[in-house]
Amino acid sequence: MPQIELAGKTYEVDEDGFLQELDKWNKEFAQAYAKNEGIEGQLTEEHWKIINYLRDYFQKFGIAPMIRKLVKDNGIDMKRLYELFPTGPAKGACKLAGLSKPTGCV
Amino acid sequence: MAKSDTPLLDQLGGGKWPSFIDDMKQAAKKKPMAKDLLGQLELSYKEKIGHWKHGGIVGVKGYGGGVIGRYSDCPEKFPNVQAFHTLRVNHPTGWFYKTEALRNLCDVWDKHGSGLTNLHGSTGDIILLGTTTDHLQECFDDLSAKGFDLGGSGSALRTPSACVGPGRCEWACIDSLDTCYNITMSYQDEIHRPMFPYKFKIKVAACPNDCVASIARSDLAIIGTWKGDIPIDQKEVAAYAAAGLDIQKEVCNLCPTRCMVYNGRELKIYDEDCTRCMHCINLMPKALRPGPEKGATLLIGGKAPIVEGALLSWVIVPFMKLEPPYTELKDLIMKIIDWWSETARSRERIGELIKRVGMRTFLRAVGLPALPQMVKSPRTNPYVFFWPEDIKQKEVK
Repeated sequence: MPQIELAGKTYEVDEDGFLQELDKWNKEFAQAYAKNEGIEGQLTEEHWKIINYLRDYFQKFGIAPMIRKLVKDNGIDMKRLYELFPTGPAKGACKLAGLSKPTGCV
Repeated sequence: MAKSDTPLLDQLGGGKWPSFIDDMKQAAKKKPMAKDLLGQLELSYKEKIGHWKHGGIVGVKGYGGGVIGRYSDCPEKFPNVQAFHTLRVNHPTGWFYKTEALRNLCDVWDKHGSGLTNLHGSTGDIILLGTTTDHLQECFDDLSAKGFDLGGSGSALRTPSACVGPGRCEWACIDSLDTCYNITMSYQDEIHRPMFPYKFKIKVAACPNDCVASIARSDLAIIGTWKGDIPIDQKEVAAYAAAGLDIQKEVCNLCPTRCMVYNGRELKIYDEDCTRCMHCINLMPKALRPGPEKGATLLIGGKAPIVEGALLSWVIVPFMKLEPPYTELKDLIMKIIDWWSETARSRERIGELIKRVGMRTFLRAVGLPALPQMVKSPRTNPYVFFWPEDIKQKEVK
């Protein structure tokens, strides 16, 4: 299992970099990991709004929300979402939020 | 003679027809990735099990799709295919290339990937097989510099595709190339940034021969058609007969609706019974042509057998004039996609959704009238049911 070191701590991740031990997630993890997902500097309030929404949804339902729901519930459009998370909601946002890798169709 | 490392794959290469194995072996001479790919495939044949893990999530900046993550589940045996991602590249409409474009593609792929390509995948895209995560962004940048863009993958609008249409074919009733290009450029966001319940495919066939198999392989099929009678040149009919074509046997008897009569001198078509199968026109191209008023039939719901069984699409608009800027078509597409996105379960194709909630619900949601052409099999499945309020109106009358 690959490991990644962020802010002085070591985390187990899968080959795409998704956190394997979900209970180890913390805010420092998200902040330190942001650069890998193309986000420069500090995570803003807008980033945290999305990250917290994803975590709440995942805790409630055990899966990541459909992207349309994420967009509607947060009053954000796709363009802004990709500006916030340049690698996209499924890859970037879910990874920073410490969710399991979303499954999807190729 | 040295024993082969891939005895099972060798059997595929030994047949009468060209095999992908020969191509892969050729690539393996210069690419370790291709060599390990052969090794892993041989192992899969031996153990009768696939050795790719399901689904990786990798990509390039600003795009949510276009790259399909692939990882080997036995990287210790085949380290060069530990990561073997696929790039889907949007093909030129109608698959027309200059050789220069093909050379550019191969150069970029030799630099960044395994060198193995698949032209074209079932979505129609150029498929570039096998690269590592650290090469993705650079490869995409190089492809962009050569004028290429990624195609759709995941729960998105998949790369629209079209037959060669008026580029080469005399039967084209619509400009399939322009329609497809226009749709592709209009829906860039929907292609590159997935936000649908599942995949959505659009294919454009310029005539009912449907050379892109849109009726079976797309959620929304746009098929060129015509209004009015099939023009008949009786002199040419006679010429076909004189040349040995058995018109009664090969044309009339094979017409699916038996709408043609041939008396040995002249051919008559009962056009009101014609379903535009193109059989007679294909057999006697000099004598028969599509009718004068051209447009398109729109069909919905085709899909391959995952989740629910395979579905052939069915008619929702029997005839639509199809001319730039395609406003009527695009308005309808957006209504369909909006309704589907709001109503569907996760990973439910539009055909499955319509099957679940009923055609009348779909028609009302997108504002289309119920028409006789929508009945799939007359007198057996009139699945357009009346709404209760419609029945009341009829009783009052």
